[in-house]
Parts: sequence; structure tokens; C-alpha cells
Amino acid sequence: MGIEVIFKGKNLVRLLAGLGAAMKISLISVAISIVLGIALGMLMTLKKPVINAITRVYLEIVRIMPQMVLLFIVFFGFTKLTGLNLSAEVSAVIVFSFWGTAEMADLVRGCMISIPVIQYESSAALGLSRLQTFIYVIVPQIVRRLLPLSINLITRMIKTTSLVMMIGIVEVLKVGQQIIEANRKTAPNAAFGVFAVVFLLYFAVCWPIGRLSKYLEKKWEN
Amino acid sequence: MDIEVIKRYLPLFSKAFLLTIKIGWLGIALAFALGIVCAFTMYYKLPVLSAIVRFYVELFRNTPLLVQLFFIYYGLPSIGIRISAELCGTLGLGLLGGSYMAESIRSGLEAVPAIQSESAKSLGMTKWQAFRYVIAPQAFNISVPGLLANVIFLLKETSVFSAISLMDLMFTAKDLIGLHYNTTESLFLLVLFYILMLLPVSFAGSLIEKKVRFGMYGD
Repeated sequence: MGIEVIFKGKNLVRLLAGLGAAMKISLISVAISIVLGIALGMLMTLKKPVINAITRVYLEIVRIMPQMVLLFIVFFGFTKLTGLNLSAEVSAVIVFSFWGTAEMADLVRGCMISIPVIQYESSAALGLSRLQTFIYVIVPQIVRRLLPLSINLITRMIKTTSLVMMIGIVEVLKVGQQIIEANRKTAPNAAFGVFAVVFLLYFAVCWPIGRLSKYLEKKWEN
Repeated sequence: MDIEVIKRYLPLFSKAFLLTIKIGWLGIALAFALGIVCAFTMYYKLPVLSAIVRFYVELFRNTPLLVQLFFIYYGLPSIGIRISAELCGTLGLGLLGGSYMAESIRSGLEAVPAIQSESAKSLGMTKWQAFRYVIAPQAFNISVPGLLANVIFLLKETSVFSAISLMDLMFTAKDLIGLHYNTTESLFLLVLFYILMLLPVSFAGSLIEKKVRFGMYGD
């Protein structure tokens, strides 16, 4: 079945290193997306027509363009247009941050407009300044709504980074293929075992994060 | 950008477009069928079956389609199960989508308060009537935004099919870039066809969402 191939030599370590390579890209992109997304989300609540028009186009592009297409545009198109050579990793981080920022901004905007006006009015009635209202009343409520959703975004980001294999980054699927090829003679049926392990590795990473998100959502429901 | 090149590529892309749409929508149909069955299995907590369904839903929601396709297309043949790339694409998309649809439908059903079915019962409705006239319309309205988001998500995921050498839009673009280095034209057509595929769906989705919102809140 090919499970034994996994435990031969350094194969398991190599697979995990491959997963690490994908994870590194997703974590960098997540960090960038969260920072830029919060800023953009707050800009979107200002109700400035120009900003709204631009962000609507931006969100719609991200909504309908597959990440894979964006990856190709940046990786192949950018080089063609400018003559500069972007490495596959940098292209991946650019694309996933571009995508993640839009998703995050939309979440932030949704959370911010879901805070009832009465919260602001009550704070004003209690004599809190605008800054105090924001720090002590609004932010804690936003964080409670936003955190589970952004943790969910992380799992989506991790799942999407598996695409980087298609622009030549050696991540877990690619390592899996290499292992299968290297053992073609001794274990011709290794593909089943190796890809099953890759499957389970992704599950082992994403499932706990997803559970955490659900747990926090339940805990902070009211 | 060279118009002649675009003209030459257009038939290739049109063919790939039709294939992508075919597999995409077949997969979505399968996803809906699977999602409905699984959602009801979980909602009515059928013994044993609901545990299996829950495992399936968690497994497929937490893994990328690319990995699932690799497992089905390259992994399964080594234990003797060999299927064509087209069937594999449809099946993979259906299985992935099924898990997402199941979650959306189930959460819609569970969001309807218990008092609704109790009231229906006390009015003398049968179980089926209560479901058909009281629970289902409310659950449907709650599920719609999630289901529409899933449809768009699944159509976007079709871009992964090129990994199992299906001649879809992505594969065609990659192939042509590799063959002739007409990167700009290939990417332009790729984007054009994905817009053609998704913009109408996105637009129709917003309209449906508005209709449903009106049904729920009247604004």
C-alpha cells in the first residue's frame, strides 16, 4: 500500500519539511492580510464614495478570480511585463496577501457595521471620549466577532497554499511525488500511501484550527 | 497583445471553457445532491450514518481540493481503482462541495428555533407538513447566502483541474505559455473566460440574495 515508504529513511521528515514550506508562505500571507485587511476594512466603513467604488471593484475581482489564475498572472505575467524576475515564493505571498486582504477587509467591515449605534450613544452618555469609546467599548466587541472568523481565514489560506505546487514550489505534494518516483522500483504502489498521508497531514493541521474557531465563536456568541 | 494570436487561440480556449463549465456544474449538481442527503442525516441524527457523514464532512472541509484530486487520481489506481480524469474532476468537486453544502444546509435547518416545529405540531400539522410549510422555507432563506458562496467557490476551484491533466482553461493557458511564450495573450484569454464564467453567477447570486433578504426582513 505504500505506507512503509513513508517511514523509510528521511521520507517523513522530508514530507513535513514540504508542509513547512507551504505553511511558511501561508503564515506570512496571513500576517500581511490581517494588518492590511484591518486598515482597509476600517477605510471601507468611512462611507467615502471614491474609496467604496475602488474597494468594490477590488473585492469583486478577488471574489470571482480563482487564486490559481492570480498566481499565474503574477508569476508569468509580471515577469513578461516588467522583465523583473519574481521568485515563486514572492509571487505566492503577493497573490495570497492580495486575496487575504480583501477577505479580511470584508470581515472587518462586516464586524464594524454590526456594532449597534446604541453602543456609541451609551458611551457618549457616560462621558467617554471618542478614543475611550473606541478602545474600551467597540474594540473588545469587534475582536470577539472577528477572531473566530479570522482564524477560519487562516485554515482557508493554508488549504489554498497547496496551489503553489503548480508554480514550481517544492511543497508537500511535490515531495510526495518525488518520494513516489524515487521508490518506483521497490514500491510501485506507493502513491496510495503517500497521498493518503499528505491528505491526513493537511487534515491534522486544519482541523484543530477550525475547531478552535468554532469553539471561540460559541464561547463569545452573546 | 496580438489580435492574430488571440484569434488563433480562441477556439482552444472555447473548447476548454465548455469542458470547465461542464465539469464545474456537474460537480456542483453532485455537491448539492450529496449535501442535501448529508445535511438531513446530520439534522435528524440518524445513528451510525450521522457519525460517518460528520467524519466525511470534517475530512473534506479541512483538506484542499488539489490534495483530494491527487489522492483520487494518482493514489487510488495503485490499489486498483482507476477512473478517467473527467470523472475524477467531477467526483472530486462533488465530494468537496458536498461537505460545504452539507454544512450550509444543516446550519440553516438548525437555525430554525425548536418552537417553530412544536407550534406546527400543536396546530395539528403532520411531520411532513411542518417541514414543508414551516421549517423548510425558513431554513432555506438562512442557507441561501452560504449556498451561493459555495457555488462561486466551487466554480473557482475548477482551476485546480489542470493538475490532473484535464484540458481545462488553466491547462490550456499553461500549455500555450509553454509552447509559444505568448504569455500576455494567454493570460488575457484566461482571465476573460473566467470572468465570463463567474461574473453572471456572482451577479445572479446578489439578486437572489436580495430577494431572499426581502422575504426574511422585508427591506
